[in-house]
Amino acid sequence: MSSQDEEVLGKAYDARLMRRLLGYLRPYKMLAAGALGALIGGSALQLAQPYLMKVAIDRYIAQRDLSGLNLIALGFLGILVGSFVFEFLQTYILQYVGQRIMFDMRMQIYGHLQRVDIQYYDRNPVGRLMTRVTTDVDVLNDLFAAGVVSVFGDVFTLLGIMVVLLTMSWKLALVAFSVLPLIVFVTQWFRRNVRESYRRVRLWIAKINAFLQENISGMATVQLFRREAENFARFDAIDRGHRDANIQSIFYYAVFYPAIEVTSALALALIVWYGGGQVLAGVLTLGSLVAFIQYSQRFFRPISDISEKFNLLQAAMASSERIFTLLDTPATIVSPPEAGSSGARPRVGLATPTRPEHAEAGHLRFDHVWFAYSGEDFVLRDVSFEVKPGQRVGVVGATGAGKSTLINLFMRFYDVSRGRILVDGVDIREMELGRLRALFSLVLQDVQLFSGTIATNIRLGSTLSDDDVRRAADAVHAGAFIDRLPNGLASEVGERGASLSVGQKQLLSFARALAFDPRILILDEATSSVDTETELLIRDALKVLMAGRTTIAVAHRLSTIQDMDRILVFHKGELRESGTHQELLGQRGLYYRLYQLQYKDQEAPETTTLPLPPRLGELRQFG
Amino acid sequence: MIAAVRRLLPYLLRYRRQFLIGLACVAVTTGVSLTSPWVLQHAVDDLYAGVTQHKLIVYSAILLGIALTGATFRFLMRRIIIGVSRQIEYDLRNDFFARLQLFPLSYFQARRTGDLMSRATNDLNAVRMTVGPAIMYSANTIILFVAAIALMISIDLRLTLVALIPLPFVSIAVRYFGAAIHKRFERIQAQLSDLSAVTQEALSGVRVVRAYRQEAAEMERFGRANREYLERNRRLVRLQGFFYPSMSLFLGLGSLLVLWLGSREVIAGRLTVGGFVAFNAYMLMLSWPMIAFGWVTNMVQRGLASWKRMLEVLDAVPDIADPAPGRLVVLPQVTGAIEFRDLTFAYGGRQVLEHVSARIAPGQTVALVGPTGSGKSTLISLLPRLFDPPPGTVFIDGVDVRDLSLAQLRRAIGFVPQEAFLFSESIADNIAFGIGGAKAADPERIQWAAGVARLDKDVEGFPNGLETMVGERGITLSGGQKQRAAIARALLTDPRILVLDDALSAVDTYTEEEILARLRGVMRERTSIIVSHRVSTVREADLILVLEYGRVIERGSHDELVRLDGFYAELYRKQLLEEELAAS
Repeated sequence: MSSQDEEVLGKAYDARLMRRLLGYLRPYKMLAAGALGALIGGSALQLAQPYLMKVAIDRYIAQRDLSGLNLIALGFLGILVGSFVFEFLQTYILQYVGQRIMFDMRMQIYGHLQRVDIQYYDRNPVGRLMTRVTTDVDVLNDLFAAGVVSVFGDVFTLLGIMVVLLTMSWKLALVAFSVLPLIVFVTQWFRRNVRESYRRVRLWIAKINAFLQENISGMATVQLFRREAENFARFDAIDRGHRDANIQSIFYYAVFYPAIEVTSALALALIVWYGGGQVLAGVLTLGSLVAFIQYSQRFFRPISDISEKFNLLQAAMASSERIFTLLDTPATIVSPPEAGSSGARPRVGLATPTRPEHAEAGHLRFDHVWFAYSGEDFVLRDVSFEVKPGQRVGVVGATGAGKSTLINLFMRFYDVSRGRILVDGVDIREMELGRLRALFSLVLQDVQLFSGTIATNIRLGSTLSDDDVRRAADAVHAGAFIDRLPNGLASEVGERGASLSVGQKQLLSFARALAFDPRILILDEATSSVDTETELLIRDALKVLMAGRTTIAVAHRLSTIQDMDRILVFHKGELRESGTHQELLGQRGLYYRLYQLQYKDQEAPETTTLPLPPRLGELRQFG
Repeated sequence: MIAAVRRLLPYLLRYRRQFLIGLACVAVTTGVSLTSPWVLQHAVDDLYAGVTQHKLIVYSAILLGIALTGATFRFLMRRIIIGVSRQIEYDLRNDFFARLQLFPLSYFQARRTGDLMSRATNDLNAVRMTVGPAIMYSANTIILFVAAIALMISIDLRLTLVALIPLPFVSIAVRYFGAAIHKRFERIQAQLSDLSAVTQEALSGVRVVRAYRQEAAEMERFGRANREYLERNRRLVRLQGFFYPSMSLFLGLGSLLVLWLGSREVIAGRLTVGGFVAFNAYMLMLSWPMIAFGWVTNMVQRGLASWKRMLEVLDAVPDIADPAPGRLVVLPQVTGAIEFRDLTFAYGGRQVLEHVSARIAPGQTVALVGPTGSGKSTLISLLPRLFDPPPGTVFIDGVDVRDLSLAQLRRAIGFVPQEAFLFSESIADNIAFGIGGAKAADPERIQWAAGVARLDKDVEGFPNGLETMVGERGITLSGGQKQRAAIARALLTDPRILVLDDALSAVDTYTEEEILARLRGVMRERTSIIVSHRVSTVREADLILVLEYGRVIERGSHDELVRLDGFYAELYRKQLLEEELAAS
């Protein structure tokens, strides 16, 4: 929301966007038609009022007919009650339809966000995507609830008044209409200027928001570096810009409304002058003149209403443009047309952990894989390797060597640029996405927790029983800390797991991975350091997790992966070395150098004789 | 309520001249507009009696003149009053931000950024609506109401009384519906915030959602929140759909009574046709204030509620501030001697530090080691008073940090936090953040700092080198790059005291080695405090303090602590063990 391109406003009316927007109205076209009917009915009743006035004056007051007046009053009452009913129906139906459309749109946008490529998330911060789902959709609501249909109503009222006036006295009507060009001119002027100043104001608001967001989040840094005065001056400049842009836009409003008023008065003066003359000449009745005056006053309200809606329309066009851009972003990573044996749509969702058909499966192969996140900027170059079922493979390399990219490719978060990836002999692009991902459990660096309980965070949306969850938690040593929580498994996790330590979150994510019982385990080791005690616990849990599964572990510390069956060493996107820890050390190559760097400080031979801590026994099993 | 209003008054009084002129314009424009039905009355009556064409032109000219005068003043009214409200908005927002800058870290930790922002924007806007449009419309409404009724009475007292019958019903309806609508509206806002939370979570965790094939489950979760949002909106819509038409109905009933009784009066000869027409015109004018009444009340209510929310910030007293002038000590020069004297510190109702004492001589390097949650970060955050230590516990050059000015204290300390915060400016601007930005800094110094923090190689790869923008409109830095930028930023202020709070945790081991080697040269000239988990990082420190549960359980040099065979020695052994296992 902070970035400026968010705020650029396009055309105020775009037929293409409008047609597409109206498409959302289709499921509710009966309701919309009903609302339109109510609207027209209401307008018609409004139009009848001055006419009754005319009849009252000309016929009954002039003839002192009291019973006739009663009749008029009765008619008036009927109009009032009718208007009430129509207005209620119209407001209620319109707003309701608007809300239904918003509901549909939100579901559609959200659904699309569940399908769109992960790459899209790299380019668009979460805050911006949320704006699409919430704010932008709300802006459109205004359009549907207050805009589209009531514009029809306004137009109908205008036409109705024109017809009535013309039938009452076409000469007087034409005199009254002579002010219309003036109105068109004033409205055009207003529209042009307000649009521009609206855009400027939005820009300043975006700047204020961005500045506040950053300075509140980083206030400690501002204070530590004593930047208060400088940053206040910057804020003042933005605030001033916002104020001045607003004051400028006041001018247009301040001119517009009085200008419409004067025009309306001009029409009134013309009617009194010309119509009065006609009354004197006996061509027009006094009642007609009074009715004429009342009609002409009603004539200007819809006009200023329509210009008010102009802003609405403009904001709606900008929002819908952004929404449609999102919806039109194709999802390129999808299941193949007739996916696997099931042939069904991606079986996503209430994914209950299921072992794949072949229990012995879990064979992975990278076959001359090239990959770039964008263009020709390759992060992986011609990488080939093979992992046998049940094998544990560690991946190491300096930052930026392409390690984490491997993970993204296995799970088809991205598609390879060249080459192919095979799982159990099948190109993953030919597998149904749900089936592919069901083979894996992913444990990421930053543990993602969802609001809910400990248990729901382990089972996610699946149908695992509490016992299953419990078993998984115990197996990875998460049981102990869970029991210390007030409600055990049913304890609330809180906003992004704020109440849990880094290590506890890590164990939870292990429990989740274990509960889904995958054939293949993918680990992205956490860089953030935890205390040694927790680290030992985590390592032990990892051992449980890896047992009997094909494992790929991306490590930042060499200590984690030394006991792996095989270690792959990446450098600048290429697979440079591969082998066991001992073999690689023997090669005296890249791995050896990495190893030296990491441990040279601790080479103190005399200390190796120190007594070992109690946990060592368990650790030995890794070696 | 009264107190809150009183607090707003100074902001208004600053512009009292403009307000007075603006209100005068309101009075003129309203008064002028009230004369037009009166002109109409005479015109109609004259027509009834039969007049000359000439007189009609006069009437037309008068009507037009009235409109022009009214419009001129209406223009002035809007410009002046709404303009002042924008001015006040500006003043308030500046004051609000200036106040925010005074609050300590704990204040921001206890609040959400979005909430504070909302006060500075949405709430402020509601306040502005109260001091601008609400004042303008209520003045307009009151004048119009009083004058129109007076004029109606002058035409026909009985008819006026009849016309006012619906009035109490209108105000009751406004009150009842207003409260109900407000409540439903709040429930909608609450649900919207729920909906946002669900969305935020699922979108931030998109990889996990996909990896565990939870797309449909997420859709269902979102669908539930979305449906509830729809339902709550529908309840509001139903009420609103009822509210506005019933207002029209009440007002229409008034007109109906006037029409019915008024026409009888005309027939009875107690009222002229012109009077009747004028009366109707006044009735029409009255319908506006009645609608505006509900609207303005609503605006004022929301404005006051928002103002109270703003006052919560504006009137909050910062816990950490400069000492009173009597206590203030100004050091001619900071040498960098630090002392913690029997420091006990509680935060959030929990004892974080207990009886911590330590003396650090100028130029020494001290390392803090201990398990997560042992109080290491808290201890160092007391030094620049990010949190306030109890009096007489933390000293720099023998002076209680609470007696130093915040400016001098913080200038003496170069602080590198665990999670580096960078601003969306250029990398150079971020590095020179503490010395007034890149424009004020010597480019060679920036290069030097970037070099020590080992950021230079990374920067070479960026599109515009040091001028590359950080953040949304530039490149996204990795965690390690951010930490290194923060180190460079601290170095450039040339602080007497350098504090590193686990500041290399996201840097890979190779780079960490390089940085440490370069930092050692820099640290030799200043007092340094380093927090770390890795023995390799701390073993060369002059003094190592081991903290556990907020207490110093061991202290000494690396060799002394190893000989002590306590916590540190065990930590050391565990880390050696990894190495040993690696070699086996």
